[in-house]
Amino acid sequence: MEVPILKQGHYLIATFQAALTDEDLLKLQDALVERVGKFRSRGVIVDVTALDVMDSFAARTLRALAHMVRLRGADTVIVGVQPEVAFAMVQLGLTLEGVATALDLEEALLLLNSRAKGVGARAR
Amino acid sequence: MRDELAIHIASDADIVKARQEGRALAERIGFSGSDLTIIATAISEVARNIIKFAKRGEIVLQRVDRNPRDGILVIARDDGPGIPDIPLAMQDGFTTGHGLGLGLPGCRRLMDEFAIESSVGEGTTVSMKKWVSS
Ligand SMILES: Nc1ncnc2c1ncn2[C@@H]1O[C@H](COP(=O)(O)OP(=O)(O)OP(=O)(O)O)[C@@H](O)[C@H]1O
Ligand SMILES: [Mg+2]
Repeated sequence: MEVPILKQGHYLIATFQAALTDEDLLKLQDALVERVGKFRSRGVIVDVTALDVMDSFAARTLRALAHMVRLRGADTVIVGVQPEVAFAMVQLGLTLEGVATALDLEEALLLLNSRAKGVGARAR
Repeated sequence: MRDELAIHIASDADIVKARQEGRALAERIGFSGSDLTIIATAISEVARNIIKFAKRGEIVLQRVDRNPRDGILVIARDDGPGIPDIPLAMQDGFTTGHGLGLGLPGCRRLMDEFAIESSVGEGTTVSMKKWVSS
């Protein structure tokens, strides 16, 4: 199952479905990193609202994705981690350490916009 | 209504299948909300261990009758290389597969009962239960 990637201005938005295999996740990771370079995107939003399970593989892949995106000069925000999913993650011992999270798309966009401004201010 | 099923695990698509079947069975048994996600997450972890370390195996999902509330039994079985040191493998952060080493200890935390049997060269069986809470 392919994850659709939407380009919106300087940002890329990827929306997960419930049933993603490990291979789907790795493909998405590659596609996002490639497109961040191609479109010179400043931010990546990964919407996991529909995701049924965030297991160790998914969490590790998202962390690696955020790291790679960072190395290409952009930020990643994970959106829509459901309360049940968060609860299971905590018990499993998983963290999304070093990855920004937001409750919804709107908040994610605000976060990315404010970061972009922050960088601009520092550069001046 | 099938209350016992075995899922052959041989590819990463089977991991998704097992956790979906597990969630569906858990729902029929009477689990709800975060318990469904917890059960699906634990199944995902043991199924992935099968793929990663043993290449193939099976997941058996079963209703367990108990008064006053039923439960679910999840068995993950393979004929893979086995685990030489189980207490070590159960430690947070121990991995021989470049993982986070959280799968097994995490499953023990997620489920109500957890048991693992393994012998080197013969295979590994993980059995986990969760009971419907009041
Ligand atoms: N079915 C199995 N067959 C053989 N060895 C296993 C099996 N399951 C687990 N192990 C061993 O136990 C270790 C710990 O397993 P665990 O699931 O906790 O971590 P992991 O799979 O390495 O990483 P993670 O699950 O966090 O991605 C593994 O690294 C592996 O050495
Ligand atoms: Mg594991």
